[in-house]
Amino acid sequence: MGRVRTVFEKSVDGRRGSSVPSSGFPKRDLDEMIPKKFIRSTPLNLPKLSEPEVVRHYTNLSRMNYSIDVGFYPLGSCTMKYNPKMNEIISRFEGFTFIHPYQPEESVQGALRIMYELQEKLKKITGMDHFTLQPSAGAHGEFTGMLIIKKYHEDRGDFKRKKVLIPDSAHGTNPASSAMCGFEVVELKSGKDGRVDLAELKSKLNDEVAALMLTNPNTLGLYEKEIEKIADLVHDAGALLYYDGANLNAILGRIKPGDMGFDVVHLNLHKTFSTPHGMGGPGAGPVGVKEKLRDFLPVPIVDFKNGRFYLNYDLPKSIGRVRSFHGNFIVMVKALAYVDFMGEEGLKKVAELSVLNANYMRKKISEFLKIPYNDFCMHEFVASGEELKKYGVKTIDLAKRLMDYGFHPPTIYFPLIVHEAIMIEPTETETKETLDNFIEALKKIVEEAKSDPNLLKNAPTKTPVGRLDEVRAVRKPKLRWRGDDK
Amino acid sequence: MGDEQSYRSYIPHTDEEIKTMLDEIGVSSIDELFELATGKKGTAILKLDRGMNEWEILKKFEKLADENMDFHFGAIFMGGGIYNHFIPSALLEIANRGEFLTAYTPYQPEISQGTLQALFEYQTMICELTGMEVSNSSMYDGASALAEAVLMGYRLNQKKKVIISKTVHPEYRDVVKTYSQGLGIRIREINYDEGSGMVNFNELFESMDDETSSVVLQYPNFFGVLEDIERIGKKVKEKGNVILIVVSNPIALSILEPPGSFGADIVVGEGQPLGNTPNFGGPGFGFFATREKFLRKMPGRLIGETVDTSGNTGYVMTFQTREQHIRREKATSNICSNHAHNAVMAAIYLSLLGSDGLRKVAENSVINAHYLLERIENAGYNRKFDSPFFNEFAVECHNLDKLNRELLKNRILGPLDLGKFYPELRGVGLFCATELTRSDDIEALIEVMKGMK
Repeated sequence: MGRVRTVFEKSVDGRRGSSVPSSGFPKRDLDEMIPKKFIRSTPLNLPKLSEPEVVRHYTNLSRMNYSIDVGFYPLGSCTMKYNPKMNEIISRFEGFTFIHPYQPEESVQGALRIMYELQEKLKKITGMDHFTLQPSAGAHGEFTGMLIIKKYHEDRGDFKRKKVLIPDSAHGTNPASSAMCGFEVVELKSGKDGRVDLAELKSKLNDEVAALMLTNPNTLGLYEKEIEKIADLVHDAGALLYYDGANLNAILGRIKPGDMGFDVVHLNLHKTFSTPHGMGGPGAGPVGVKEKLRDFLPVPIVDFKNGRFYLNYDLPKSIGRVRSFHGNFIVMVKALAYVDFMGEEGLKKVAELSVLNANYMRKKISEFLKIPYNDFCMHEFVASGEELKKYGVKTIDLAKRLMDYGFHPPTIYFPLIVHEAIMIEPTETETKETLDNFIEALKKIVEEAKSDPNLLKNAPTKTPVGRLDEVRAVRKPKLRWRGDDK
Repeated sequence: MGDEQSYRSYIPHTDEEIKTMLDEIGVSSIDELFELATGKKGTAILKLDRGMNEWEILKKFEKLADENMDFHFGAIFMGGGIYNHFIPSALLEIANRGEFLTAYTPYQPEISQGTLQALFEYQTMICELTGMEVSNSSMYDGASALAEAVLMGYRLNQKKKVIISKTVHPEYRDVVKTYSQGLGIRIREINYDEGSGMVNFNELFESMDDETSSVVLQYPNFFGVLEDIERIGKKVKEKGNVILIVVSNPIALSILEPPGSFGADIVVGEGQPLGNTPNFGGPGFGFFATREKFLRKMPGRLIGETVDTSGNTGYVMTFQTREQHIRREKATSNICSNHAHNAVMAAIYLSLLGSDGLRKVAENSVINAHYLLERIENAGYNRKFDSPFFNEFAVECHNLDKLNRELLKNRILGPLDLGKFYPELRGVGLFCATELTRSDDIEALIEVMKGMK
């Protein structure tokens, strides 16, 4: 497949791809209504194409994308599970898509009911007492949760808690979100077993620490077996415990973060609740809190009184809004449909089969690739390409070669504590055959690395473009199309 | 009720396969596997219902959708940040292809060229509309995009006072306050002029001092009024080292001089009007554009053009060293997931409409809004502010609550009560028209309004 010319290069003056509705009122010149100084004199260059040309352009672009609907996508930490088609149909009902956020509450009771039901079900799933559905993504949820923690301490008159402890294995969003709240980030070095080192934790805990941010299982896919002890240590020091829900898939329905002692959790509805990732979003990052933190939630939250659902703005200590309107409602619709479809038994199966798939892969892959923390894992595990270096091959080469075998590569070079990391998360929706095919391909590639490393270094060769020059993209920035350089 | 095991549609394992896999791992059961991995026995009880089958789900949600009053083809006079524009069928059909919906962030560019090129084209279109040099590939919404712009202003000049006009969307201002609290950024809100509905120039100019990091305006503003960005822009530039941030409506920018021409340093806004349904307010997306010299201080993902090993053109995520996965606590933002799918919908929308089509949407919105105002004034109502406007305007209504209830009975979604956000404007309705506002809807509205006089 060759390059698809940009939509701008296909543009021809005089073409159009849509008919614009008109009300038939007498045509008036714009400058009768809007003073000349406001009227655009700068040219506007948007593409001009007929509808079939636009359809072909984007259809051809879509064919250059790898996606879950195309094949196996074991991108660690991202939970690339199958996205039910049912949810797409539901999410397009006009009663959901053509409602305005400021409609009177009595005219959107169905929408508010969905939000309320989802809040209630997420409470049961996580063991938390209250939820906000406002945050738009996981990182947005982290920011919300960490601001709640900041406000909680300040409300107690405790202004010295400026530090947040974050393990060195954590997602990059954790320190970034904390910093946006004005916290100083203190890194916790992981222990020899890849988990939180209690001695290290104790040495860093003091009355300046606002919270410990943790994901459990952690980014190595390992469960923090001493989580209750960790929670006690954190709470005894007057700090709170934050749960990064990126890895909730591993424990869904079987273990609740609230029971582990977490005070704040965020979830990623686009991951665990399968509301698709949409090339990077929209997602949703609801935040659940324990009772003592309710008053700090963003406004509004959805409540129920006298037989009606309503938006409750009455939280005087609220951190405020984190976005406009009520959050990513359509994503919530899909998440609720998913929860209802799976039911309690199905949600538990999600965790069980995702953990089974991961351990099966770990076991088989450990026969030919190093797995630095080779313990019973949860929903994902991290291998290392370190031993391939002696053949002149890096993890990125192995990843690129996987594309030639028809797979999306795993997450690579993360977490940072594993050299040449290869982070594999199969999810529960994949068949044993698919896992076997992937394992087989990976095994072959490891053999190729030894016998013919150029196969890896020159990969990929079966993709629409070959390996791309990222250095050049920075040295000669070209971030928009310009007519004059074609 | 229900299906014993609906979930098996998505979870493919047979009992035999589970057994084979457990044997391979060397454990006897999944419970044992969990015990070994977590150190804990047993499982929680959630008290959730058993799963429903697909037909039951469709039925349940169909009913929930029916409990909402939707306005696809209905009479709607409400805007305030979310607008009812026509969405071409081709857009929905292409955007919902699984190749777009079920891909993630384009970490592996060789198999993500579709996403990358579509977003590269999107960035170009946003630059065209805003008159700016670089655009990122989307934010969550207009409000968070504005908050990020304010934080970027702080990164650029290290000053901690932000001046925001009260004519900026009230919820956007709330979000700016939320985002600012952690970093100690102070917000100074500037009143609007009661006659014109524009920001009070004198108060704005007087509040600018050496501490000022940025000035935030909306164009057209929350009241629909066209702010004189040119005049304010000049003053801001005279001051020097103050970042001018403009919130805008992308459809309006097809016929309005773009903020880039008036010296704006950052232009943000809600992208929903571009091919995204109202969705009860989300998801839409935020757009974010700035000047090339500020590129390295920008939040969000950027797509750039480059070449592959054979010299073929291709696209990659670029300037990633700004981002959280590399820079961690020193990143320009914590944003990771964004609203790429909504941005691609906007790109498809703009490709279908083209410059002429988009201008027509904007022009028809302006014509309809001005006609609507005429009809309302003829019915004996007075406009609140007297400045030029785009597609929204404020009207003094005596008993707006009652009017809106009466309208709703007739399946008409009346104006937004500005009293919701401005206590002093109780009973003032913010009316909106788009290219979809029909004559018979206007007449139905006028009839109810006349009856309320």
